[in-house]
Amino acid sequence: MLRRFGKHVKDALSLAPPVSRNLAMLHRLHPQTMPSATASTAAQRRLFYRHRLPVRIMHWINVITFFLMLMSGLGIFNAHPHLYWGAQSDFGAPLLSIGARPGPDGQPHGVTQIGSHVVNTDGVLGASGGKGAARKIERAFPIWATIPGPQSLATARNWHLFFAWIFVLNGIAYIAYTVLSGHLRRDLVPSRPELRGIGRSLLDHLLFRHPAGAAAKRYNVLQNLTYLVVIFILLPLIVLGGLGMSPRLDTLFGGWVDLLGGRQSARTLHFAAACLLLAFVAVHIFEVIVTGLWNNVRSMITGYYRLPPNKDEETTP
Amino acid sequence: MISMTRRRFLRLAAGSALPGALAGCDRLAGNDAFNSTLRRAQFLSQRAQRLLTGDDALAQEFTEDDIADEFRSNGTTMPDSRLYRQLLGGQFQAWRLQVAGLVGRPAQYSLAELQAMPSRTQITRHDCVEGWSAIGKWTGVPLRHLLARVQPLPMARYVVFHCADPMDGSDVQAPASTYYESIGLAEALHPQTILAYALNDEPLPVENGAPLRLRVERQLGYKQAKYLMRIDLVERLENIRGGNGGYWEDLGYEWYAGI
Repeated sequence: MLRRFGKHVKDALSLAPPVSRNLAMLHRLHPQTMPSATASTAAQRRLFYRHRLPVRIMHWINVITFFLMLMSGLGIFNAHPHLYWGAQSDFGAPLLSIGARPGPDGQPHGVTQIGSHVVNTDGVLGASGGKGAARKIERAFPIWATIPGPQSLATARNWHLFFAWIFVLNGIAYIAYTVLSGHLRRDLVPSRPELRGIGRSLLDHLLFRHPAGAAAKRYNVLQNLTYLVVIFILLPLIVLGGLGMSPRLDTLFGGWVDLLGGRQSARTLHFAAACLLLAFVAVHIFEVIVTGLWNNVRSMITGYYRLPPNKDEETTP
Repeated sequence: MISMTRRRFLRLAAGSALPGALAGCDRLAGNDAFNSTLRRAQFLSQRAQRLLTGDDALAQEFTEDDIADEFRSNGTTMPDSRLYRQLLGGQFQAWRLQVAGLVGRPAQYSLAELQAMPSRTQITRHDCVEGWSAIGKWTGVPLRHLLARVQPLPMARYVVFHCADPMDGSDVQAPASTYYESIGLAEALHPQTILAYALNDEPLPVENGAPLRLRVERQLGYKQAKYLMRIDLVERLENIRGGNGGYWEDLGYEWYAGI
């Protein structure tokens, strides 16, 4: 199966006869991408088979389960919106605490306390409006951010602990696939020269200069490093933090959770990793939009990505 | 032209899909049948955790230095029950723990009798389902010692704990709403599963479950039933109260609280 996908990539890149067959098949599915009869072969070559089927399937499973996990997780967090460091809760000195104080208008006023700093987060964190509700209610994360909307720790846990299985099994399948298919070595790990170009890549991102032509076939070095951090640091950390909160699993190796700093630290790290993953998703979606929303979304649905035209190529007759 | 309609289509799709998906999630989350389907994942988790840790794995134990200054109390802090007030007034002299159900020798024990039995002291971390943790030192009778005395019958599979605290008002308003919990026999025979009568070397305070509470150290706080009155050995949980094996379980929480 893997071999067949590999061949497919080669076909799509070369100008050998199979190309036309592949493209024709693609165009039947997506008439809007059909180039005119007079289109140059260069234009045809620019359609590039970028994401293989297993990656596409796992990506979309991940999208759905990530949001279900995030929102049900916030629902669980709302049951005790305070974070601590160590094995147990030092109720008098939380690292982070989301709550409400009585406001001048008689309504609860949401505040977030980080260490000793108090930040006004009214309307979103601590106290927020319900659906069509005239009054704000006290709740850490607002109704639109949690599953279920109305506070229910039992339901939030039912969802979180069910979809955790799908999320983790999908993640394990993905890591196995990237290693065994060569996706990791070929596409995700940056080469030495690419690593040296990190400053340049950073500048390109800040100036919204996006790679074109053949350069757009590969992930750029910032993309590589971000994906590697997400896949091999943040995702394992969030899973370990979650498992570290399980009293039964904490019996393993005489309290392995101490390696994370204790159970309350595990909970804090789980939350922090979720925030960082959400930040990654936000930047990811932003980049998807600014580098060509439809082209990117299509490549994650059909696999085909149209390479942005290279300026040199355009000037050549 | 094409890209305009496509863009409009995408915007429309995204604009209607997001609130639609959220509303769909909320509708599903309000559906009891759907939630109870999701809840079945607990048995997969239970099996995986048993496989990974083994039945005998011990919960982490801590040192005297780790003990929390004040052990937080959650749920009932003073049972609103006439019977309980009488027992408390008499310093639990008249209190008896009944052990019945599928046992060869049903029995009842006074607090003094339980205190005279072999005891175990353990400094463990209590993990509330809400998310917080507190470390305390518990002393009590290993449940397996008590079970050996009453001799469970072969068909007994669960140990059910009936408590004194009415959960939906006073015992007058809601006499059948007292707290209850249950654990499997393997969990009941675990060495750290004890019936505790002391917290931090003092008699168990009322807010922590006086005179006797369960400690099941490898599960969450709601399994640690307080104000114990009766222990029943049973074959099935379906016919007891809401049928899910516990007060919170009947309200949608997982019966297996090891996660």
